[in-house]
Amino acid sequence: MKFGRATKLAIVIIAIIAIGIFAIKPLLLSLDMGLDLKGGVQVTLQAKELEGKKVTGEQMKQLQAVIRERVDQLGISEPRIQLAGENRLIVELAGLDDPEEAVELIGKTAMLEFKNSEGVVVVQGSQLKDARAGHSPENNQPVIHLEFNAEGTKAFAAATIAASQYPYGSAGNKIAIFLDGQMLHNPNVKNAITDGKAEMSGGFDTFDQAANLAALLRGGALPVETDVIAKQTVGPSLGLESLEKSKIAVLVGLLAIGLFLLLVYRVLGVIANLSLVVYGVIVLAILYFLKAVITLPGIAGLLLSVGMAVDANIIIYERIKDELRNGKTLRAAVEAGFKRAFWTIFDANLTTLLSAIVLYYFGSGPIRGFAVTLSIGIVASMFTAITLTRWLLRITIASNFFNKPKYFGLRG
Amino acid sequence: MFVMTKRKIWYGLSLFFLLVGLVSFAFQGLNKGIDFTSGNVLQVEFEASVSAEEVETVLVEQGLSGYSIQAAGSSSEYLIRSKELTENENKSLLAALTEKLGENEVKRNEKIGEVIGKELTQKAVIALAIASVLMIIYISFRFEMTFGIAAVLALLHDVLVTIGLFSLLQMEIDGAFVAALLTIVGYSINNTIVIFDRVRENMGIMKKVELINIVGISIEQTIFRSISTSLTVIFALVSLLLLGGSSTKVFAFALLVGTVVGTYSSVCIATSLWFDLKTKVTKGFSLRPVKSR
Repeated sequence: MKFGRATKLAIVIIAIIAIGIFAIKPLLLSLDMGLDLKGGVQVTLQAKELEGKKVTGEQMKQLQAVIRERVDQLGISEPRIQLAGENRLIVELAGLDDPEEAVELIGKTAMLEFKNSEGVVVVQGSQLKDARAGHSPENNQPVIHLEFNAEGTKAFAAATIAASQYPYGSAGNKIAIFLDGQMLHNPNVKNAITDGKAEMSGGFDTFDQAANLAALLRGGALPVETDVIAKQTVGPSLGLESLEKSKIAVLVGLLAIGLFLLLVYRVLGVIANLSLVVYGVIVLAILYFLKAVITLPGIAGLLLSVGMAVDANIIIYERIKDELRNGKTLRAAVEAGFKRAFWTIFDANLTTLLSAIVLYYFGSGPIRGFAVTLSIGIVASMFTAITLTRWLLRITIASNFFNKPKYFGLRG
Repeated sequence: MFVMTKRKIWYGLSLFFLLVGLVSFAFQGLNKGIDFTSGNVLQVEFEASVSAEEVETVLVEQGLSGYSIQAAGSSSEYLIRSKELTENENKSLLAALTEKLGENEVKRNEKIGEVIGKELTQKAVIALAIASVLMIIYISFRFEMTFGIAAVLALLHDVLVTIGLFSLLQMEIDGAFVAALLTIVGYSINNTIVIFDRVRENMGIMKKVELINIVGISIEQTIFRSISTSLTVIFALVSLLLLGGSSTKVFAFALLVGTVVGTYSSVCIATSLWFDLKTKVTKGFSLRPVKSR
């Protein structure tokens, strides 16, 4: 009998260590890293109120759609574009070479207008079907080829027919192109253009700039003007540095906690460390399924929740030691210790959870990340402490290998 | 137990810390980062060796005022703080730095608008108030009102001492500092509850023992756990403080201070306050034991 129980204990220990080795690393690698760890930019755009008119929810949704379209057109992968509050939009873009330029492009209203000599708008950006950067056949300068939709083609044909009536080079012969109220180009109209195609130059110097502007025009103008009210850019090298440093910090912190538990609680410390491995797997798995983004504060929250997880174990062990001192047998002490520790752990963790929830509710971006990992950590730590730790203790005692109080950090 | 008989020492010690913090706060306030004040921070590393004076020349040419330049890390890496810049000003500054001082890498570039900065302080105060009220309600429901009041006073003490120390040291605070304060709240309450839980339990068992001794015994019974738990958290925080990246340092330091102060206040202040509240303020009327489950 004794052999059978010892084998069971050994199998459980090996299984937990195996889970730790094989599950933790792939889970860690599959978690999405935040901008502070991989570099990128986060911008908070606030829609401007025009002439006291409130920005509507409809406009904000349009704004989100247009910006998503732009980001896609610019070829940026994995963007995160969220509405926040009544009039804000938070855009997160990772892994960019030039985050500053991306911010500028995203926030540009990009309202394209063609005006005749009297300043009347004849065609607008919303009447575009396509816009592509190319080179002018005449001087090889970068240009943008525009193609209008059916409505735009008609309007542009009418405008160019009217303009071409005037002598070439005269004021009436011109059609000006405006972007966000600024005149880019004011060409003369040689012949009426009825095929819905036009070419614009000005407003950009290089082919890349033309390509970016074309992308904006394809995505359409923003329905409201926006201000950048907050921006956070983290260069890729700083992100990598933070990631490497936190990895080491977490590892050293965990090792110190593990060693401390072993030194002070002996056999119980081994059990606590095994529980912590399973706890780690549970927390990472929950984060994985929630598709949580790991940020620096999030890592700090994780490390801190390990402290909470250890605390649950410590409360239980101290109770067991009390019971042992009172002369109970090991088995009775474990059961009584658990029973008494449960409500202490419950009350203590629930109050901490309350503050984590308040933190989540009132915090923004990074603070939320911290609150999420802390909350998950608290729940997972309570779960492992009252289920796994208890079960491990029972089978350890049943194995009869460790039956003297000194193995539990008690004298005598 | 000496903790309970020497209550005046703890009150004196805590009042001293609170006063020092308050005086420092009144005279020099907190060193608020742009998360609170709004503005721009640019961390840039130049490929060539560049002096702070050269950087300053460019800032002056750009018409910036109220800026500060701080060396960061290597000899050609700088932190440039300024008032809030428009996107155009920011763009022209970056272009000028490259043009005048050569190729560089922007490691960090942050801008916090005025609205956001104001919101952070507001939200922090509201969050702290709501968390405190929720805790008093929960503890009153699970324990008794006096426990709740004593626990919340102890955690406000922890928050104020931490803020006071940051004011005294003039360490720059950021958004993560707010998160740290709220974590201290959660941590301190956790610690206090474990001790109060034991007091409640012992009041049910030791009907003939004087209240002051019950509290003393309860502290004694839980002191090892309080220290063990705090030590594990301290291990994690010290490692984060010494080895972690620069952006988690303020956070880790605030938490470290809060953890140490929180452990002290849970053991010494919360218990003392509760005892005096129970025996003096409520005049011992409800001295009968709280129902134990």
